[in-house]
Amino acid sequence: MTGPDEKGTLMRPDTPRLVGEALTLGYDRRTVAEDLTVAVPDGSFTVIIGPNACGKSTLLRALARLLRPARGTVLLDGADIHRRPARQVARTLGLLPQSAVAPDGLTVAELVSRGRYPHQGLLRQWSREDERVVDRAMADTGVAELADRPVDELSGGQRQRVWIAMALAQQTPLLLLDEPTTYLDIAHQVEVLDLCARLHEEQGRTLVAVLHDLHQAARYATHLVAMRDGRVVAAGDPQQIVTTELVEEVFGLPCRIIEDPETGTPLVLPTARRRSVPAA
Amino acid sequence: MIVLRLPGGLSLRLRPRALVVGLAGTLLALGLAVLAVGAGDYPIAPADVLRVLAGGGSPADRFIVTELRLPRLATALAAGAALGLAGAVFQSLTRNPLGSPDVLGVTSGAATGALTVVVVGGGSAALAGAAAAGGLATGLLLYALAGRHGVGGHRLVLVGIGVTAILTGVNGWLLTRAPLMDAARAALWITGSLDGRGWANALPVLGALAVLLPAVLLARAPALRLLEMGDDSAAGLGVPVRRVRAAALGSAVLLVSVAAAAAGPVSFLALTAPHLARRLTRAPGPNLLPSAVVGAALLLAADQLAQHAVAGRQLPVGVVTGVLGGGYLAWLLAGERGGRR
Amino acid sequence: MLLLAAVAVLSLALGAKPLSLADVWHGLTDPASPEYAVVHQGRLPRTLLGLAAGAALGVAGAAMQTLTRNPLADPGLLGINAGASAAVATATALLGVADLDQQVWYALLGAAAVTVAVHAIAGGRQATPARLALAGAALNAALYSYVSAMMLVDSTSLERMRFWTVGSLAAARTDTVPSLLPFVLAGLVIALLVTRPLAALALGDDSARALGARPGLVRGAVIVAVTLLCGAATAACGPIVFVGLLAPHLVRALTGPDPRRLLPWCAVFAPALLLTADVAGRLLGRPGELQVGLVTAVVGGPLFLHLVRRGRVGRL
Repeated sequence: MTGPDEKGTLMRPDTPRLVGEALTLGYDRRTVAEDLTVAVPDGSFTVIIGPNACGKSTLLRALARLLRPARGTVLLDGADIHRRPARQVARTLGLLPQSAVAPDGLTVAELVSRGRYPHQGLLRQWSREDERVVDRAMADTGVAELADRPVDELSGGQRQRVWIAMALAQQTPLLLLDEPTTYLDIAHQVEVLDLCARLHEEQGRTLVAVLHDLHQAARYATHLVAMRDGRVVAAGDPQQIVTTELVEEVFGLPCRIIEDPETGTPLVLPTARRRSVPAA
Repeated sequence: MIVLRLPGGLSLRLRPRALVVGLAGTLLALGLAVLAVGAGDYPIAPADVLRVLAGGGSPADRFIVTELRLPRLATALAAGAALGLAGAVFQSLTRNPLGSPDVLGVTSGAATGALTVVVVGGGSAALAGAAAAGGLATGLLLYALAGRHGVGGHRLVLVGIGVTAILTGVNGWLLTRAPLMDAARAALWITGSLDGRGWANALPVLGALAVLLPAVLLARAPALRLLEMGDDSAAGLGVPVRRVRAAALGSAVLLVSVAAAAAGPVSFLALTAPHLARRLTRAPGPNLLPSAVVGAALLLAADQLAQHAVAGRQLPVGVVTGVLGGGYLAWLLAGERGGRR
Repeated sequence: MLLLAAVAVLSLALGAKPLSLADVWHGLTDPASPEYAVVHQGRLPRTLLGLAAGAALGVAGAAMQTLTRNPLADPGLLGINAGASAAVATATALLGVADLDQQVWYALLGAAAVTVAVHAIAGGRQATPARLALAGAALNAALYSYVSAMMLVDSTSLERMRFWTVGSLAAARTDTVPSLLPFVLAGLVIALLVTRPLAALALGDDSARALGARPGLVRGAVIVAVTLLCGAATAACGPIVFVGLLAPHLVRALTGPDPRRLLPWCAVFAPALLLTADVAGRLLGRPGELQVGLVTAVVGGPLFLHLVRRGRVGRL
């Protein structure tokens, strides 16, 4: 263990910055997951997958400080995330939730600039630094030319890129995304995931995303966490852990795994129940 | 958007339109106030009014202005500002332009408190105190049933509607308990009236406003703006969601309760003022300061209408705001028909 | 059915002067008995009014809940009863109308206007349960302040209306139910006739069309029925909340959500509920009485809050 860093927290170089230890998670009295331990490798693009209601979004909410675990702790830079001030956490950890709503009439530039909130104060409302970061975030996500358009007039894919831009303006080394591709068509799904991959590769951010498309997860993730019934079934490099046994165990789906001809990553093919019969 | 940068890394961000609306609204309210002080059975010229305010003027003018008309005006301005500000906070918290304290039961609670005093018996000080207590108790109930849970706006709205429906029944029953003379007084109070308000009515509202306006504006406005994007987004940006919601709700309930104690539950002001302010500033977000200014100007104007619209008869100001509020709802309805979202 | 009969008998028997069952029977059948006047002038009209108004409000609530797929739809919460009372208040205070036969028409007008308005404000077909409830609450607030302003017109209207606005069966006279009955019967018949297509509509407009129902027609019929039922009930008893919410919720536990069984059972159960509330008000408030509108608000309100807190709002 090394000494405290400038923020006064303890840094352990050997452990990842974001870790969930022995988490018991639930809402009110309903327990969703018990004794769950996950680590997000630094610099990874971690994807959490699993069937509906397996607790993957709940896990993400706990990692994002939105949900207080019934037992166990989420450690950010070695300290309990719930004991740290919200604003301080928000300078390290960004979030793109599923439930985001753009208030009526808000423009793209205004929405993106709201991502600067954790860096601002009563007397420091809009520095040159803020302006530079917001411009950069809009450029990185390709929404700069939409800056003055109201968010509610945009298409689904554009809107999602604007929300990602807001999270980028937060300038956090860690970024959590809860089902960023839901409600998007296939082209926009790829667009958003390509953007995430670029942020990961070019800017070295650590990304954690919940996805439900296994194929996309295997293609984009550098670290895959597969969940079922509130526990982690397997975690690791998708090349190694995506097997027919795993898919069978997690999704209950008989399948074959072939190599994705585009990327060389695992491609899951559900076993056909009926071979097409050539017309007689 | 204008950015002011000061040496030492200080920077302020201002919206020119919101600034203009705020200033123009303030000037309008003050101008109206000078005219209103002069108007009445004993007219005083605006110049004389200003002279009195500056410390001069004839003794008769002085008495009428400082003892009779000014307190009523101050009550109108302060209660209007309090209701406007509270309405803006409520609408922001519920993320709905209809989520005002009238709809969510806070004003009904104030009415229950006041009606209880009317039935049990008590002076106007007890009535004001009971009204404030009723509003606060309802606010606490809302918070206990809905505010604590992270569920947010949705549940708050529904719980508020349920509480309002119960209290409406209770209020109607209380009204039947009182002797007819007292019932008439109570019905007048429920409608909202500024008749015969003195400094004793104005000062508590002014005090609450002096403390809460800066507190809400400075400390909570940015966080409230983020809360409008959903609890999760706000939390992700580092807003302590529960604490902000509790503080904002508490301040708004306090403002409504104190205003209701002074002027009665003036209907619809808290609903219309923020909406009007938003139309004028065209800014997203809670528009707190413009709402307060518009609320003050609106209540003052409504009170003048109530005093002078029908010759020889004073209407309670609540009737005027009620009619305005009804008109606003109808207009909203027409807007929906016209294809606006 | 048995429950309803039992409550009806209780309603006849209990009050400022409790009567034994034998007294009730004599009062009903024997013009010479000392109880004849009490029963025929007071208790019987009141009980009949409770039956008619209860059935009206219960069926209206069930139909609204099914139509809007909204478990919170209650004619009282949506402002329909308040619309009727605002119209009646105008008629009473400004036009001097005191006769129930005429008041009914004003009430129908007010109820119809609000039924349309509340849907439009809430956003028509896109209305979510919360938006609909909120639009209703806003209209309620507007109409309530309007009604209290009407009470200020003069002391006669105040005296007459402050009792009526709570919601009470006490004003029932021998001619109340006869003048009410045509409207309630018409409303009930329409509502019961459309239960079958209503069941299809509960699955959504598109599914209903696929099943051969005509959504526009059904919606129109339900709105007409709700207007008739709520307008008539409100004209006679004042705005009563929560009966239209409570009865369908309790009945649904027995019958399930199918309107073909829900609506008829509501027509039986809701009157029992309203009469129980009325009897309870008479017993609790002695020597006077608590108005039935207060009892339903104080009992029904917490149930509503419970439903909201249990998070049952989105379902149905």
